Amino acid sequence: MNSILEKIREQFPALSQNSHGRQLIYLDNAATAQKPQTVLDLISKMNGKINANVHRAMYELSDIATEIYEEARCGVAQFIGASRKENIIFTSGCTAAINLVAQSYGAEFLKKGDIIVIGADNHHSNIVPWQLIAQRVGAEIKVLPVTKGGEYDLKELESIITEGVKIVAISHISNILGVINPLDAIISHSHSVGAVVLVDGAQGIVHQDINLSSLDADFYTFSTHKLYGGTGHGVLYGKTELLEKMPPFMGGGDMVDTVTYKKTTYAPLPLKFEAGTPNFVSAASLSPAIKFVEAIRGRGSSWLSGSNKNLQQAVEAEQKKIIEYMFHALDNEVGDVEIYGRPGEDLENESFVDKKIALFSFNIKGTNSSDVAQILDQLGIAVRSGLMCAEPLLNSLGVTGAVRASFGPYNTIDEARQLIEGLKRAKKMLY
Amino acid sequence: MSINEIEQQIIDEFALFDNWLDKYEYIIDLGKNLEPIAEEEKKEENLIKGCQSRVWLVCKKGIEEGESGENRLRFTADSDAIITKGIISLLIRVFDNQTPKDILNADLNFIETIGLKSNLSPTRANGLVSMIARIRQYAKEHLEE
Repeated sequence: MNSILEKIREQFPALSQNSHGRQLIYLDNAATAQKPQTVLDLISKMNGKINANVHRAMYELSDIATEIYEEARCGVAQFIGASRKENIIFTSGCTAAINLVAQSYGAEFLKKGDIIVIGADNHHSNIVPWQLIAQRVGAEIKVLPVTKGGEYDLKELESIITEGVKIVAISHISNILGVINPLDAIISHSHSVGAVVLVDGAQGIVHQDINLSSLDADFYTFSTHKLYGGTGHGVLYGKTELLEKMPPFMGGGDMVDTVTYKKTTYAPLPLKFEAGTPNFVSAASLSPAIKFVEAIRGRGSSWLSGSNKNLQQAVEAEQKKIIEYMFHALDNEVGDVEIYGRPGEDLENESFVDKKIALFSFNIKGTNSSDVAQILDQLGIAVRSGLMCAEPLLNSLGVTGAVRASFGPYNTIDEARQLIEGLKRAKKMLY
Repeated sequence: MSINEIEQQIIDEFALFDNWLDKYEYIIDLGKNLEPIAEEEKKEENLIKGCQSRVWLVCKKGIEEGESGENRLRFTADSDAIITKGIISLLIRVFDNQTPKDILNADLNFIETIGLKSNLSPTRANGLVSMIARIRQYAKEHLEE
């Protein structure tokens, strides 16, 4: 194994455990990522020592907790290129962030007959919130299709996103297809018809640099736990002028200015949307989590001894190797495999690696994904199977489930090879 | 044979396997050999939909037999996943042609003994837990008749 990857892996204690008596091979990173020691230490410190409610009290410990919480917010703003930290709303997860926009912005600005466009590759959490608000206000839902290669079909933009569309809710990268979507074209076209755009970045932020001062998305959402941080926490980025106009989504403590029994005035952004005690532990964990992400992208202060550029090179080279190998081995070594999300029709086309993340959803023809996953599980390999919270997309692909192997930056080509061996064995058993 | 006797028989069969591979191959074989249900029985009302696999369960009242003249229930089932189907075949073996009372009294401890407990955990969403619940529901309805 590459010695730098080995060192990175040492920082993730969850990776060095057994499953069914074999070394665990964790390939369900799109569901949740493992956490580095720096994140685990911070979580332990927040729970064990700096445990005081944020924004509420006049004593030192609460001040420290609040400071760490707000530092994390500044860190996120910087990480995604938001102009102000007030653009960053902390929520209980990516799902909650999307629901917040649907319920607050949607309820305030949608009228009967308005159109909401959702991406065909959206996760249920970027479908159902829109159906709920559409039903409530009498809006209509339209779907932006994806091409055979697995990205949004830009040829359909003008026919789907028309006058009358008020909200466009899409995925940066689908949790099934793993293809990087052409956001700029969709955002600029949507703006030209007067629609606002929400981008679900749950998978995107993990694999792509985001700069919201150039990417003109109105809302961008993601989960902390998929980005190597704590669970039960997520982020909503929103443009200031939109967040200012939106009414609070939930009422409670910390979101108010003055309260009387008759009327309440609300706290300024971002606290207007953060009613109740926030998950300040997982929020704080974003700081070390982002440091790790910056490090494997070759930036920031040295994460392991040595230059972060070395980490970046090691991780990027391994991911590229994994992507090329997986396409080749699924086709040629396992065989009879249908892969969902294959940008560019042929492998000769060099650009496919740039459009694809190391996430592979597929079926061995004639087998059920849960059978394959259970056999892999016995071999210590953790993959997802079934509908994966994207039933409409899988239906449109004509299947009732798929196997998904999603690799993290700590996964290796060797693990990919063992996955392929496992799949060969599963195929032999099931055929 | 009583439910307990069948469960013991299954436990004895599984005691022969000392590794997961043989065990899973056996379950897969059971799945492949389970008589599929007729296509027309694969309708919505017989469907138990899990996120991982789908299960179809058909319950019919058996003929009256035995000294007590009790009703016995006949079950047939199918799945689109072969391991699930193999486990279904074990469950059918246990529950088919038993009285509603015996079905409701069955403790199904054999599942844990043969090492398939995780396959029947509610979180697996493969339809098996709901299938057992529906079998019990049928038994209850027939008991009340």
